[in-house]
Amino acid sequence: MNWNLLFQLVVNGIIVGALYGVVAMSFVLIYKASQVVNFAQGEFLLIGAWACWWLLTTYQIPFIWGFLITLAFMMAFGVILQIVVLRPMIGEPVISVIMVTIGLSIFFQAMMKWMFGVFAKPFPPIFETQTVSVLGLQVQSVYLMSLIISVIIMAGFGWFFKFSKMGLAMRATAFDQQVAQSLGISVRTVFALSWAISAMVSAVAGVVVGTVNGVSSALSFFGIKVFPAVILGGLDSIVGAVVGGLIVGLLENVAHFFDSQFLNWGNMYEIAPFYVLIIILMLKPYGLFGTKDIERV
Amino acid sequence: MTTLIPCGDFKTGYSADTTIFPTTTSRNMVIVGIVALCLAPLVMDKYPLSLLIQIGYLGIAALGLNILVGFTGQISIGHAAFFGFGAFSSAWLVSNLHVPVFFAIPLAGVMTTAVGMVFGLPAARLKGLYLAIATLAAQVILQDFFARASWFSGGVAGTLTESFSMFGFVFDTDERYFYVVLAYVVVMYVLGTNLMRTRDGRALVAVRDHYLSAEMMGINLTKYRTLSFGIAAFYAGIGGALYAHYLQFVSVEGFTILFSIQFLGMIIIGGLGSIMGSLMGTAFMVLLPESMQWLTDALAGGAIDRALDLRNSLAFLREMAIGAVIILFLIFEPDGLAHRWRQVKAYWKLYPFSH
Repeated sequence: MNWNLLFQLVVNGIIVGALYGVVAMSFVLIYKASQVVNFAQGEFLLIGAWACWWLLTTYQIPFIWGFLITLAFMMAFGVILQIVVLRPMIGEPVISVIMVTIGLSIFFQAMMKWMFGVFAKPFPPIFETQTVSVLGLQVQSVYLMSLIISVIIMAGFGWFFKFSKMGLAMRATAFDQQVAQSLGISVRTVFALSWAISAMVSAVAGVVVGTVNGVSSALSFFGIKVFPAVILGGLDSIVGAVVGGLIVGLLENVAHFFDSQFLNWGNMYEIAPFYVLIIILMLKPYGLFGTKDIERV
Repeated sequence: MTTLIPCGDFKTGYSADTTIFPTTTSRNMVIVGIVALCLAPLVMDKYPLSLLIQIGYLGIAALGLNILVGFTGQISIGHAAFFGFGAFSSAWLVSNLHVPVFFAIPLAGVMTTAVGMVFGLPAARLKGLYLAIATLAAQVILQDFFARASWFSGGVAGTLTESFSMFGFVFDTDERYFYVVLAYVVVMYVLGTNLMRTRDGRALVAVRDHYLSAEMMGINLTKYRTLSFGIAAFYAGIGGALYAHYLQFVSVEGFTILFSIQFLGMIIIGGLGSIMGSLMGTAFMVLLPESMQWLTDALAGGAIDRALDLRNSLAFLREMAIGAVIILFLIFEPDGLAHRWRQVKAYWKLYPFSH
């Protein structure tokens, strides 16, 4: 057993898992608020990362400004997408809505490839120092930043839904749309806002991953990796999304470790979460924290 | 049987309601159409003929997906993986077990059915989006299996296979292979239409319309959900096997999620829950890139061409068009081309008093 490698992979798993958790949270946010399963979540990451990359390389502005402009852009993008594409689909069968988001996903993925090419492009360096020493372990500073940002976003979500007025309105809408409406909550605003927040948070994750690995259309695979995470945690649970993300991140790294040390099957890193996904769906379809829906006729 | 449907269309029995052709005219039109298609290889160029063959084998797979999605109300984002499984299993049967191609194609369908039912088992408990995610996992797992199992798929190098032959006659050119595909299309579409006229077909539709009511009427949900996955996989397997023996080479790279989404696009465009719609949607999906190619050639050298660099970006523009067409059809014409076609027919039948 190579303990050092295992430890390194576990740390890696926690960092990647935290990012999965963030993306899964923004997925769950849309699902909770508007009952839409967003297959285009990975494309939000992609668009955000490319937008930020484009601002930084074309206009040479400081990172923080480029980042803020990207967030503003993604907010507008989320709202417009909700109004133009998703609003006409209200009341349509679940399958149609799923397919609309699938259509959006391949549309934007192709558009990004068309605009920025198929090859990975590196982000301009953000930090002076490449690595910092934490507990005697050399950690790349971007990884540390990504972990910190993930935790901040999670804490922000927690505060938003517990204490802010809008967050409470969103929870009320998720619980029962008609009751929320009768209490004076604008369901339209809640829907639009949930898409805006989701797009912004995903874009943050996209920028973080982009600074680590470079920006390429491989980013949109995050959108697919989100499914094992949310199913594990339960589709309508924010806490579940975070826990699911962390478990998936750890799982794929540990699977990679066992594969490289003992099994030599190759590619377990990508595939292991999906085997787990199938097993979870068979045994406990509503996940660890999800609410079981009971149907009455 | 009458030649025209009379005004005030009354049906007095179930058999009258479930005939394949409502009038003799419609039956004759279909026969004339098939005969005309039989003459196609004599008059058509190689390229349009190859497009027709493509529409044929993709149309068979699309019908399978339509039975699953359109008629049973389940969803699958892994259809391309089953299509690929059919292609590889047919090639594997021919090269490793030396089964004649004539038998390998239906056998590949049966093998794919088995795999489809295994991945359909979660469908017994899941519905809607949970099922979508389960089939997404099936797509990823099967795609990985193709790349990994070199004893089965030839691994990264892909598999070579033989062309279709019957009684010593080899269908190796496009002109000859066209008849094989045409025969399969006719048989599979007639099978599909007839399936929907049986008790099993009605049970599938009942599961779609309201699964709880269906269960109360004595329909075994688990059985019919798994069965619809099996049927869909069977059609995909046959389509894939035809594809394998048409190209005589199967590569592991082709059966991606994008291809699965293209299958979904075909049935959405054609019309969910319409047999002939599946074929119309497939034709649309195959001809869409062709028309874009044609448009690019027409615009070559113009201002738009210079601004967008059309020639080099054509591949991406095609993908974008597929996505855009799916979204636009779902928003503006959720019943698909089949519904448009019915409206056109109604317009001419009632002319000039169409409203």
